[in-house]
Amino acid sequence: MKLIDGYPDYMMESIKLVEKKREHNMKHPIKPMNMKEREDMLGKYHPDYMQGTRRELRVGVDKGQIFYNGIVDLLESRPVLDPKDVDLSKIDYDVDLLIIGGGGAGTVAALFARESGIPIEKILIVTKLRHGDANSMMAQGGIQAADRPNDNPALHYLDIYGGGHFTNKPELARALALDAPLIINWHEQLGVMYDRLDDGEFQELSGGGTCRNRMHSCKDYSGMEIMRNIRDNARNLQIPVLEFCPIAELIMDDKGQVAGAVAFNLETYEYYVIRAKATILATGGSGRLHLSNYPTTNHYGATGDGLVMAYHVGANLLDLDTIQIHPTGDAFPEPIVGILSTEKIRGLGAIPLNADGDPFVFPLEPRDVESASLIRECKEGRGVVTPTGMPGVWLDTPMIEIIHGEGTIATKLSGEVRKFKRFNIDITKHPILVYPTLHYQNGGVEINEKCETRIPGLFAAGEVSGGVHGKNRLMGNSLLDFNVFGRRAGIYAAKYVKKAKIGKLTLSHLNKYNKILDNAGIKPKKTAPIILPEYRGEMAISRSLDIF
Amino acid sequence: MGESKQVLIEKQKKKSKDEKTKAGEVEVFIMGKSYKVPAGLTIMKALEYAGYRFIRGCGCRAGFCGACSTVYRIEDEQKLGFDLACQKVVEDKMYLVQLPFVPASKTEYDIEKILPSDTILLEMYPEIARCVSCNTCTKSCPQDIETMKYIQMAIRGDIARCAELSFDCIQCGLCAMRCPADIKHYHLAQLARRLRGKYIDPKSKNLAKRLKEIDNRKYNDEIEKLIKITKKEIMELYKNRKIEADETESLGGD
Repeated sequence: MKLIDGYPDYMMESIKLVEKKREHNMKHPIKPMNMKEREDMLGKYHPDYMQGTRRELRVGVDKGQIFYNGIVDLLESRPVLDPKDVDLSKIDYDVDLLIIGGGGAGTVAALFARESGIPIEKILIVTKLRHGDANSMMAQGGIQAADRPNDNPALHYLDIYGGGHFTNKPELARALALDAPLIINWHEQLGVMYDRLDDGEFQELSGGGTCRNRMHSCKDYSGMEIMRNIRDNARNLQIPVLEFCPIAELIMDDKGQVAGAVAFNLETYEYYVIRAKATILATGGSGRLHLSNYPTTNHYGATGDGLVMAYHVGANLLDLDTIQIHPTGDAFPEPIVGILSTEKIRGLGAIPLNADGDPFVFPLEPRDVESASLIRECKEGRGVVTPTGMPGVWLDTPMIEIIHGEGTIATKLSGEVRKFKRFNIDITKHPILVYPTLHYQNGGVEINEKCETRIPGLFAAGEVSGGVHGKNRLMGNSLLDFNVFGRRAGIYAAKYVKKAKIGKLTLSHLNKYNKILDNAGIKPKKTAPIILPEYRGEMAISRSLDIF
Repeated sequence: MGESKQVLIEKQKKKSKDEKTKAGEVEVFIMGKSYKVPAGLTIMKALEYAGYRFIRGCGCRAGFCGACSTVYRIEDEQKLGFDLACQKVVEDKMYLVQLPFVPASKTEYDIEKILPSDTILLEMYPEIARCVSCNTCTKSCPQDIETMKYIQMAIRGDIARCAELSFDCIQCGLCAMRCPADIKHYHLAQLARRLRGKYIDPKSKNLAKRLKEIDNRKYNDEIEKLIKITKKEIMELYKNRKIEADETESLGGD
């Protein structure tokens, strides 16, 4: 296929319309919707409100709840582990605190558990991929904290709660808002390089749904800068980390407590029995389930394993009837489909346009409304369809340079420039094609302010947990979430460990879960957790033999 | 995979017929073995198309984590290429490998117990003095960072510049693997950035004030009140709250 400046002929034809109408489009912006129009748009075009995306769960403690189909599929699968295959009498790792997940929440939890008195050699982080392979590393925009004089934690609380459509657990939203300045201070002590003004105050930007400018950032790499500092500290302290060893299932004891987990060595296929007085679930989100068939911004290991193993021991789940789709995932070229193009692009003045080069939505509606509008435009045939069949609309990036002057894109969006340059697309000259992408798991395993789940011995923090954001998370609150609740999980788990006594280890809850499935008349074809997504080519899979 | 093998095979047959007439294929050599893959795939997706299921060498799939840094060579070319497998598109006759792990050593330290002196980087990573200015590190960086330049800054004791120049580093380790002087560039740069963030950049006074207020429980009652009022009342408060930002000037977000 011949490409001109990165785009095939027919897409370039559409770009010519965008260019022709650019001046007119900049002069005649679309107005924001009123509340009624927003509701209509969401009801018709957002997957959270559409028919067929979600269904009732038939088993377990949340039986009768409505969750996304892909989540229900996992919860109605057989547990991946057969208890018969595991010898619990031989303990491979005997620790005080097991942390499942080596991303932001898990690493922060480890650091604060150590500060709270757990000896380093009695902490164990186990993680599916490498230490730090997590959505935490990929967050671009920033982290919220109310520390400016015209702002305060109560206002932050109001934003969190309203943003979550008043469905958050209030005590969790309070913890998020009140702990935030403390977290920024901790980062300062670690050495995180925040963007600052000359006098040392933070450069704080606004974000959708926030009433004050409180977004702290580290260029376009906020998550990476925070995560690598935290990880560096954990490495200096030599906190033990078992990499490429995802947890397959949790272990319980005869008193009904969670008492460790079974890890699976991805390279040798061995299992390891880990006994722990307390276990923190910090497995992250589930973008790689591609709920409702969306592409995703998430990292390779985000398959919702934590939800499944927690559910198998009887923990309950919240708000998994909603997902966060981000309006501007990349739709072209194929190699970057689903990857995020930051909201900042619209913030700087770029307008979404359809195939005819016409605007159709106010560029800065809340994320769910903006996404729904893009979906409508494509569903009704006014989008551009790529050579691989992916629909999308234009985001007219060259407008940014017209508004703010030449060179603005290079300095403010260097990450975006780098990404598109690889494909010979110059975003200062040509628009980019975008379509909503699956970004965040709003809900998860219910926790309280101490990060306790309803099962003794099991704590949870970060994206795997539910209740903090209710049914919609605001930007800048996920980096904050893993810090605030990772810290709390470490502190409270350390306290719990001091009096915890473990009984006889068992995996009988998995047998029970199988019986529940049988009694509900469900005949699962699959097993869960799935550990990694399947992206092999169809040809390769269709010809693969299981003989070695 | 819900579909049966037979269905998949049929689909594939149809697909490959279409492909011959439409978009082209390219031939790649994965660890030396020949495979035909559709043109336009990244190295990562080409390996998956060919049947590889990744354990190592695959992380965020979006250019942030450094898990998939790799080398490649195009047939009949002398030079090795360096890039991220999740970002680089395959070309015809490309030789592909996976680099599962970078065994570079890291100095351990307590950030509370060191100071940003002119010589601290040299003390912690003395091998930087062996830099021969060959610039191989810079040429191998998939982020196009001026790697050698920040090493020179480190040798000179300019921690702030070293931190700034290295900021976009995704710690993939290609620089360290190529360096003839065995410098661990990305680990050194991490130390430089932490020293700058902790000791060199001025600190926020607003934050210090806010921390004191929170310590004195200044906002606890106010939030408690927000928790206790009715849903209707808090919805009103939310709807009527004043929005500070002139959004086009200062919008952030991910």
